[in-house]
Amino acid sequence: MAHTNDKELETVLYQRPESMEAHPFHFCPGCGHGTVFRLVAEVIDELKIRERAICVASIGCSVNSYEYFNFDGLESAHGRAPAVATAIKRCHPHLVPFTYQGDGDLAAIGTAEIVHACARGENITTIFVNNAIYGMTGGQMAPTTLAGMYSTSTTAGRKPSLAGYPIRVCEMLSTLEGTAYIARVAVHSPAAVRKAKQAIKLAFRTHLAGLGMSLVEVLSPCPTNWRVEPIKAMDWLEKNMLPYYPPGEYKVIEAVAALRKEVSHA
Amino acid sequence: MSEKTLMAGNIAIAEGAILAGCQAYFGYPITPQNELLEHMSKRMPEEGRIFVQTESELSAINMVYGAAASGCRAMTSTSSPGFSLQQEGLSYMAGAQIPAVVVNVMRGGPGLGDIGGAQGDYFQATKGGGHGDYNLITLAPASVQEMMDLAMLAFALADKYRNPVILLPDGFLGQAVEPVTMRQPVTEFPDKPWAITGAVGRPKNIINSFAMDPADYRPRVELLRQKLMKIRQNEVRYEGIDLDDASLIMVAYGSAFRSAMTAMKMAREEGLKVGIFRPITLFPFPTKPLHDLSRKAKHFLVVELSFGQLIEDVRLSLGTGSQVDLVNQFGGVPISADEILAAIERIMK
Amino acid sequence: MVTLTKPKSSYVVIDTERCKGCHLCIAFCPKKVLKPASRINRMGYTPAEVNEEKARDCTGCGVCAICARISPLPYIAPAGHKQVTPYPPALEAFSVGKNAYGRQYRHR
Repeated sequence: MAHTNDKELETVLYQRPESMEAHPFHFCPGCGHGTVFRLVAEVIDELKIRERAICVASIGCSVNSYEYFNFDGLESAHGRAPAVATAIKRCHPHLVPFTYQGDGDLAAIGTAEIVHACARGENITTIFVNNAIYGMTGGQMAPTTLAGMYSTSTTAGRKPSLAGYPIRVCEMLSTLEGTAYIARVAVHSPAAVRKAKQAIKLAFRTHLAGLGMSLVEVLSPCPTNWRVEPIKAMDWLEKNMLPYYPPGEYKVIEAVAALRKEVSHA
Repeated sequence: MSEKTLMAGNIAIAEGAILAGCQAYFGYPITPQNELLEHMSKRMPEEGRIFVQTESELSAINMVYGAAASGCRAMTSTSSPGFSLQQEGLSYMAGAQIPAVVVNVMRGGPGLGDIGGAQGDYFQATKGGGHGDYNLITLAPASVQEMMDLAMLAFALADKYRNPVILLPDGFLGQAVEPVTMRQPVTEFPDKPWAITGAVGRPKNIINSFAMDPADYRPRVELLRQKLMKIRQNEVRYEGIDLDDASLIMVAYGSAFRSAMTAMKMAREEGLKVGIFRPITLFPFPTKPLHDLSRKAKHFLVVELSFGQLIEDVRLSLGTGSQVDLVNQFGGVPISADEILAAIERIMK
Repeated sequence: MVTLTKPKSSYVVIDTERCKGCHLCIAFCPKKVLKPASRINRMGYTPAEVNEEKARDCTGCGVCAICARISPLPYIAPAGHKQVTPYPPALEAFSVGKNAYGRQYRHR
């Protein structure tokens, strides 16, 4: 750092949020998790709920979540995070438990738990990071892996006749009464990241207003297991994932639409 | 209060849990404990507490984990097939040191089995059941009164040791109706500074059972090992009946104990000197008290509703000098006093 | 004359020892203020760093800060001349060779 102090340049425009620990991430270069963690931490700071927030971590690259957030957290078994969060919220309505899950945790082993949390209209928030692959275990097919896509368990490309079709979680869950806010966003460009933050903030505001289940699906790159460089991974996401998983809001009840006017910036 | 109420076993557990301050109940219907769930669905809201009927036993055990991790006394109840599903959750709770009470009203197995009572989950309950090194305190009631009393004890022991506790009756006890003395509600509860309750004015708490580096995880498992040693030393409970002059001692728990009691009375009327040793804690198993009896009696007869699971712990406790026989039933069918008496007579005559 | 609400020129502070060299911030900076370093850092990555010749072009737009959200590096601080986060203790642990990420897990 060669630059010297100028008196007029005293303002810090941007720094690590209080809700995030000064802890090295284990994520790969260019991984979307870094972004999403940051956005969640910023939202929790801005809503001033750090002392009420509870991170319900899941299994996958998200497993260390509670190490990265500066508030209470706990691990949950694979897929069970919505059940764990449900219990915490029911027992302590003033706390803000949220789940942080990947595509295997939520859309494979955890489908029952997320469906029923939505159906019961549990007042919790789920951040669902969809990178269409299994990261932590080394790149196997996920329920959201695209048709034709390479994975270590579909080395010839995913064949729907053998391995089925990818699951569109937002579309599926938005059919359930009890959901208040379901949205899909992506983090492949600064503009997309701004929108992602807005959605995450609205989800937590839905939670705080007690309006029902809120879920944000975040399309995210996995350069390591997609086997592309980070910058190319952003292009890959835009070209391949956005058409099949269109970003947008899939469920917005009236009360949430009213809240939206108060969500201002990224 | 010493008034007596007629009560079914499943209901006695529910009322005992409420008296013990159970704050949250999560369960899934499965015979033969549905009455427990149904009763809780009515009573918990009456008491201003939490009830959720979940979508599966998997979900139920994980809700128990969440509620207990946030400091609440929490429980679930199920029967044998559901108990199998909950082993993962129990392993996680044992690893994360989370107190909870899990009721398994055992039924005939394996597989879907049937809805009669059985004792085929003894291994699963007392040997850990899920993956990894851990054990769960296992309490075996043998009367409806004990269904209530041991349910209350279960919550106390769970909090004392930060470990899940299994209450292990069978289907017959769940349905049995007997007079019960209502107990006093528990009013004092231990502090739980480790619980995740929101990081207000304190450093954050983390609840987990994981470390990427084995060198980091081993010290935590060592703590569990030492805890289990303490449990083995301090929490053994058992009952002995007519042991002083007995030359044959039956070993039984739960409904099998009740049948054995009748058989013992019948045997005594025939002049046969028979006694009963009843473990109340199946884990920690009353190894030493049973071992001490090996010098007193020549014959031991294990009475259980399984292929022979309790008998292994009995043999281990007694050592090689004693003769240990088995009279059993299985598959959801109760054992009759006549069958047991016939076995006693075979041995002693 | 345009009144600027932001300072006339900003400066980006990158914790180059934490950077994992994904170079997304370099790609997204509209003023090309950042460039790959000509060295590798302790973790073996080629970090992003400020291109001193173009540093004065930085407008503090914050896109790299948003982009910093894309890379797992939450330590970019435009316009702050001081390092806004203290040198992470975990990396001190790294220097004595405990493991690649320092002492990460808390005993409970």
